[in-house]
Amino acid sequence: MSFISKDDVRHVAKLAELEFDDSEMEKMTSQLDRILGHVAKISQVDTSNVEPTSHMLNISNVYREDLKKQSLSSKEALSNAPEERDGGFLVPKID
Amino acid sequence: MELPLNFLPAHKLNKMLQERQVSATDIVSALLSAIDKVEAKMNAYLRVEKEGMLKSAADFDSGFNSGQDNILSGFSGIPVAIKDNICTKGITTTCASRILSNYIPVYDATVIRRLKNAGYILTGKANMDEFAMGSSNENSYFGPVKNPWDLERVPGGSSGGPAATVAAGTAICSLGSDTGGSIRQPASLCGVVGLKPTYGLVSRYGLIAFASSLDQIGPFSRDVEDSASLLNIICGWDEQDSTSISSVKNGSLDYTKYLVDDMKGLKIGVPKELMAAEVDDEVRAAVNRALKLAEDAGAFIGEISLPSLEYALSVYYIIAPSEASSNLSRFDGVRYGYRNRDAATLRGMYKKSRAQGFGPEVKRRIMIGTYSLSAGYYDAYYEKAQRVRTLINNDFNRAFKKYDVLISPTSPSTAFKIGEKADDPLKMYMSDICTIPVNLSGLPAISIPAGLSSQRLPIGLQIIADTLREDNIFRVAYTLEKAIGFNSHPINLYE
Amino acid sequence: MEKENSTKKDSGASGESAGSGYETDIGLETHVELSTQTKMFCGCGLSFGAEPNSLTCPVCLGHPGSLPVINGKAIRYAIKAALALNCRINEYTVFHRKNYFYPDMPKNYQISQYDLPIGSEGYLDVDMGGYVRRIGITRVHLEEDTGKLIHTGSTGRISESAASIVDFNRAGTPLIEIVTEPDIKSPSEAKEYMINLRNLLLYLDISDCSMEEGSLRCDANVSVRLSGTDKMGTKTEIKNLNSFRFLQRGLEYEVLRQVDLLKSGQKVIQQTRHYDNITDSTKALRTKEEAHDYRYFPEPDLVPMYLDEKQVSSIRAEIPELPDAKAKRYSRQFGLSVYDARFLSFERKYAAYFEECMTGYGNAKTVANWLMGDFSALLNKEGRNIGESRITPKNLVKMLEMIDSGKISSKIAKSVFEEMFYSGKDPGSIISKRGLEQISDESQLEAVIDSVILQNPGPVEQLRSGKEKAIGFLVGQVMASTKGKANPKLVNEIILKKIK
Repeated sequence: MSFISKDDVRHVAKLAELEFDDSEMEKMTSQLDRILGHVAKISQVDTSNVEPTSHMLNISNVYREDLKKQSLSSKEALSNAPEERDGGFLVPKID
Repeated sequence: MELPLNFLPAHKLNKMLQERQVSATDIVSALLSAIDKVEAKMNAYLRVEKEGMLKSAADFDSGFNSGQDNILSGFSGIPVAIKDNICTKGITTTCASRILSNYIPVYDATVIRRLKNAGYILTGKANMDEFAMGSSNENSYFGPVKNPWDLERVPGGSSGGPAATVAAGTAICSLGSDTGGSIRQPASLCGVVGLKPTYGLVSRYGLIAFASSLDQIGPFSRDVEDSASLLNIICGWDEQDSTSISSVKNGSLDYTKYLVDDMKGLKIGVPKELMAAEVDDEVRAAVNRALKLAEDAGAFIGEISLPSLEYALSVYYIIAPSEASSNLSRFDGVRYGYRNRDAATLRGMYKKSRAQGFGPEVKRRIMIGTYSLSAGYYDAYYEKAQRVRTLINNDFNRAFKKYDVLISPTSPSTAFKIGEKADDPLKMYMSDICTIPVNLSGLPAISIPAGLSSQRLPIGLQIIADTLREDNIFRVAYTLEKAIGFNSHPINLYE
Repeated sequence: MEKENSTKKDSGASGESAGSGYETDIGLETHVELSTQTKMFCGCGLSFGAEPNSLTCPVCLGHPGSLPVINGKAIRYAIKAALALNCRINEYTVFHRKNYFYPDMPKNYQISQYDLPIGSEGYLDVDMGGYVRRIGITRVHLEEDTGKLIHTGSTGRISESAASIVDFNRAGTPLIEIVTEPDIKSPSEAKEYMINLRNLLLYLDISDCSMEEGSLRCDANVSVRLSGTDKMGTKTEIKNLNSFRFLQRGLEYEVLRQVDLLKSGQKVIQQTRHYDNITDSTKALRTKEEAHDYRYFPEPDLVPMYLDEKQVSSIRAEIPELPDAKAKRYSRQFGLSVYDARFLSFERKYAAYFEECMTGYGNAKTVANWLMGDFSALLNKEGRNIGESRITPKNLVKMLEMIDSGKISSKIAKSVFEEMFYSGKDPGSIISKRGLEQISDESQLEAVIDSVILQNPGPVEQLRSGKEKAIGFLVGQVMASTKGKANPKLVNEIILKKIK
């Protein structure tokens, strides 16, 4: 039984902004299929009486005051920019 | 045989500094000399801050000699290695990935700030599995780390570098991170002490995220006392981390007071599922020997079954990649990191930068995670996994009503050979079968050396306690450490 | 099932027809930038026009290792808005991650809310004149804003640029998103809804609500269906509606476009369309619309929020008297007509001004007339709002008292008022400086009147012979001679006495 098809993998790659060539695609599909096949066994577990654990701690209502803190200088902000122009981060044509 | 300086624990060095038996420069020089001799064989460091180390040591010494009290903590003047997924301002921090190979953080992680305030000396940034994804440190863009006990074997992962440096005497202590066992398992394979604190006890601000609900920073050390001292410095509430525990204020706790050589009346549970068939005979034997010592010391040992632990690996390999797939979306070549220059358009740049910047294991996990969260699969995968996680939590809660700590092997095997599991992701994932359940419940756990195998490879013992019960961890670890008397070092490395 | 959609008069309650047999369904999504001091999840300040990327930090730049921390004030503001919109406040509420890649997104996920928003199932009543439309509010939730993109090239249009530049100053600004049910039945209702919503938010003092500056943004979902049918048509999303006028026009265009398509037997394609105010039309952004899979999951870097009754009550207590309640009170307390009451209560600053006048003066109708008439006209002419006016309520009241006591005529008052508006001076000093006191001394008036009668035998004769209108001319002459200062009522009486 297959848990993930090549089409699924293509679709997921698109969502994740990744790309694979043909041989990578083959390998990735078979590896993902195996892994998903293994983890899918959680479907056997009866979880009708429990809620999902979405937060680890018994903490809630953590807020900060609306007080200004020191920002980075624009120089610091751009210090790791692969490309910059006019004080901003330059990106190629948005498609 | 008296140990050289670079193999002494911080608490001994601290005393020697105070009594002027050594200077910080002596310590640093010993380390640098060790690094010269053995680092190239191990590849445990991505950057060694030689200039920085010498300068810091010189500053410490001149201050100390002129009467200033530089000894702010047990770690003043002590060289510590930092895993390369913890942000150090002005010093390249790569997560052992091509995609961050040129990234220079503009801020310090909270733990680094606290270490700086305590007067530590940074030795350098330690190698790791890329983005903390791995159990062998074979997934680093900058080459694998070799186990100092046997250079053909893995040191464990993902904090292979931090573990190896402490084991090999090229750092006194180090900081790593643990998401599914990434501190404890390498500690076990390298024969050092590795602690994963309670989730929320140590600030994650500045830890480059892998799985947000599982990650924790923790110390590697030669002994349990150093582990407690280092935890003192880094633990406690941080206003910049909403998931940090507010009841623990940094500087207000002293874990060293739990270092008591006494286990009388302590109740120790052994989870059946963690002593199962996958565990090597020699590992099981070492753990059983330690349990016998515990019994001799007055502890009560009982077996307990935590049936939901059977699903822990599956739960982890859905939740961790899901959170990671989102956490790693920010690596897109726009604001920092690697950018592919060939693409003419944005989407092309995204895809090529990420395809070229990430290694195969990282890509695999991003794919699994994205899939588990995607429309139509969220309920069956991500949400279902979070439900089973609750069951695992409940099992642990039940166990801690009966027992003070749980003991198990840290890793089902000793260090395996480089390349042995690299082609089979599932096989590799099984390395974490004893450590993963702990992260899913946010519990604290420590790995201490329990002995050497017949091949002279370290075996680790894991002690798990209830939420915020590091007191029990340290008490049991300290007592067992004394009882076991592990005092071996990978001396072959220096030949 | 009939939707209980209108609470008052019925005419027009079924909504304007979209055009020969079609009805319109519109839902609006409004984003409101909050006027907090700092961003939603970090301590960077908010400011417009700052040097690019000068109001950023590792958190709002999405640097590795950074973590968000919730701005408590933003939560309070969101609760306030939800309460004012009659929403149920969800006691347990969390943030979710909304995952998608775009260069103005520092993390390529937005921290937003999904199925557990702060407020849900509320409404806003919109008075359309002949009827009231109750517009359901599906949800009120909080999220963080993105950065700003500038597209290179001469047109600045994304399709014609080779590159874009990102400024993250705005990234992380707290936004409230307010989503309506598709209860809006016409473009004019949509416009009125926005005007009402904006006003309500200004009352709450949680945002500047400027569509021009982008602190109030609105997208619309529009569909049409055959009159009398229930099933809603395929909807399109319309963006770039950045003024009330463009909102209405954009929707008018889109409704017609959809009706035309359907009438000619074609289908409406579900897509995002961009309103272009120059051509006054909507255009498709992409030829192929790809549905986003946002892969929502609870934000693991934040902990949940429990909004207890105590906290919600304390916020509710901070909400000022809102326009609807205020208008009703004005009618009741001051005897004002519904129209006048609504006008005065519409804007918070206006209402405050009116109420302050009323603390020192008794005649609400008089104040209302001046505010709605001359004052409004001057404010509109100079493009000012009442908060920026130079006439203090105290001075306005002084002027009204002078009219009441006959010190100045109401005609002179208009000119005094205008000078007060521009100079900020009090009426007393203006009148004495210009010598504008009304002349009510009868002997003084008689002298002038005698002169006018002498000089204008014709009109005098007309008046004697019964042409009532001629008195207007004579009074006018007296007014001109006295430079408008004569008491017109007295002049009228005296002339009549003298002539008859």
